[in-house]
Amino acid sequence: MTRQMTGAKMVVQALKDQGVDVVFGYPGGAVLPIYDEIFQQNDIRHVLVRHEQGAVHAAEGYARSTGKPGVVLVTSGPGATNAVTGLTDALMDSIPLVVLTGQVPTFMIGTDAFQEADTVGITRPCTKHNWLVSDTKNLSDTIHQAFHVATSGRPGPVLIDIPKDVQFASADYVGPQKARTHHYQPQVKGDIEGITDLVAAIEKAKRPVFYTGGGVINSGPAASQLLRELVEATGIPITSTLMGLGAYPASGKHWLGMLGMHGLYEANMAMHGCDLMINIGARFDDRITGRLDAFSPDSTKAHIDIDPSSINKVIKTDIPIVGDIAHVLEDVLKVWKSRGRKVNGEGLAKWWARIEEWRKVDCLKFKQQGKTIKPQYALHRLEELTKGHDRYICTEVGQHQMWAAQYMGFEGPNRWMTSGGLGTMGYGFPASIGVQMAHPEALVINVAGEASWLMNMQEMGTAVQYRLPVKQFILNNERLGMVRQWQELLHGERYSSSWSEALPDFVKLAEAFGAKGILCKDPADLDDAIMEMLDYDGPVIFDCLVEKHENCFPMIPSGEPHNKMLLGEVSTKDAIKEGGAVLV
Amino acid sequence: MSPLKIKKGSSKHSAYNLRPQFSDVQETHTLAVIVDNEPGVLARVIGLFSGRGYNIDSLTVAEVDHTGHTSRITIVTTGTPQVIEQIKAQLGRIVPVHEVHDLTVEGASVERELALLKVEGEGDKRVEALRLADIFRANAVDSTHSSFVFEITGAPEKIDAFAELMRPLGLVEMARTGVAAMSRGL
Repeated sequence: MTRQMTGAKMVVQALKDQGVDVVFGYPGGAVLPIYDEIFQQNDIRHVLVRHEQGAVHAAEGYARSTGKPGVVLVTSGPGATNAVTGLTDALMDSIPLVVLTGQVPTFMIGTDAFQEADTVGITRPCTKHNWLVSDTKNLSDTIHQAFHVATSGRPGPVLIDIPKDVQFASADYVGPQKARTHHYQPQVKGDIEGITDLVAAIEKAKRPVFYTGGGVINSGPAASQLLRELVEATGIPITSTLMGLGAYPASGKHWLGMLGMHGLYEANMAMHGCDLMINIGARFDDRITGRLDAFSPDSTKAHIDIDPSSINKVIKTDIPIVGDIAHVLEDVLKVWKSRGRKVNGEGLAKWWARIEEWRKVDCLKFKQQGKTIKPQYALHRLEELTKGHDRYICTEVGQHQMWAAQYMGFEGPNRWMTSGGLGTMGYGFPASIGVQMAHPEALVINVAGEASWLMNMQEMGTAVQYRLPVKQFILNNERLGMVRQWQELLHGERYSSSWSEALPDFVKLAEAFGAKGILCKDPADLDDAIMEMLDYDGPVIFDCLVEKHENCFPMIPSGEPHNKMLLGEVSTKDAIKEGGAVLV
Repeated sequence: MSPLKIKKGSSKHSAYNLRPQFSDVQETHTLAVIVDNEPGVLARVIGLFSGRGYNIDSLTVAEVDHTGHTSRITIVTTGTPQVIEQIKAQLGRIVPVHEVHDLTVEGASVERELALLKVEGEGDKRVEALRLADIFRANAVDSTHSSFVFEITGAPEKIDAFAELMRPLGLVEMARTGVAAMSRGL
């Protein structure tokens, strides 16, 4: 049975048929017919953000924390251009989004009409795919295809540009089952030869390491489960990128912590010294590899990725496997078991002994002394006081992000929302709103820096309007901390424009929006203040004044390999005092 | 010196621009890309090349299947073997791309290009131009008392050679289609 309906109604119907329950958006002239349809139904909730960038990040938070695609609805022109940062962010981090933009009527396209922009042109390089729908009869089919493209293969953001006359005109609605099957069907099963080679390498390896990434999370909960099974069964140490945290639990005994520029000493040393590196759903990002010609010099490298273009992009791979992580890991386990569950026990024991030596460096140690809160201490306490909760953590971008990754533990996938690839300041707050919409009962905390947080602070209005009890935990050092750190280390301590002047009073700011503000500057008050934040049923801005000149360590200085890490001032000083080997 | 053992502000390194030691031999490859003939598809392909810093030596495109609405894009590109592999993988992940063929590695192939050359001259030069055109099997498709337009088809090298010969004889204008290519046999 076919149903005639307007384009605007079709949009809402197609979203319902795709199982969408929340849309993040902002109305405007070119999407009014769709907003009119949203008004006349109750199945889909619309969250009115305060800026279109916020809508896209909120949808990213929703998608990352649920595994479902996030949906955004914005108007033409500025609505679409404001969404560009979020689209690029989602593309870099492979987050599935379906973004619907209004467009001026087809007969006005190309006339420089009011609020006209070449949206498909502008967003072509920052979406996985996009469409301009010029006829209502193609609209429902296009929306179903868009969901397919956004969620299959390597996920990513897609955009559908819908001219206003297409929203008004009527045509037959096509349901998801009847939609044309798109030829886009990426390979999910891994090549069995590669899998057998990998298993053979695992059996022989003396110093293997799993290096996992966001691909494990994107592959779904089954991938995390299979990864855990594989790690436990083989006893191979595992590290992860920023994007992959939580796929293997932080409390797991094979866990080395995060790797990379601000990764843990033991994780980076293991990467440098391994003889078999098994990359699962990561992409050898420059924040991970450091100097490429000295990257893990003696290892055989296996790489499992659903995107063939990730393989051999920057690092030459010896065992490439193209496929979905869950499918490939299932086959790896099957083959490994069928061949007798072999590992190089003697080699592994020696390898773990070396890793234990590295662990003794205790690269994350810090000393909380005096009357100023160390940011590490603040996150350590936040972790201790919240780890039992049903908890989701978002971050902005900078030092606080790295400290959150270092000092907070993630036990499951989809619990950690951060802007990894693009490094978008202003991501975390709207993302926390998206997460809270998806998980109304959960504790959602955005670990932020004051500078990042201000970039999308207008979303306080959204949090208050929808009674979303998101906790904004701001480590306030009155500096653009990471910029300041690089200026200290690389630019002769000339702190060009890297301090935050004229900051608002965050407590009053919270109150002005009708939320709660908490100021904490004394380490002795910290626990009570955090408990006050947790006990409050509503959005909170927690202004935590921290040490202003703290640097984030460990750090692989740019242009150096993994074994040339800088450790924190504390541990470096101690090492000198003891007259022992200087580790830097 | 800071306790960090690096002199502050002294690093000459940047986090970027650290190319690995892949082979730096430049190779020229001809790629045939089958795409859905939908709006913007050529922009996607070209945008990929410009956005990621790849070279396009030549590019041709036309719809080849009017019922299935697929087009064939023939791209001649130059890069290191690793870059060529990346180009193919990146092309492959564009949603409306159906197939990517590297004709340079998939066995023998034929490559043809069409060019129009306008040659201006009188007297001996004019006769010589006509004689050379005959040797190269180029056709005169337009003629005045003082000019010819030659049409020549062949591999790009043949057209280059013909153009070089025409230059001293009064070559004033040239239009080339770019390469169309196809593998030999089945």
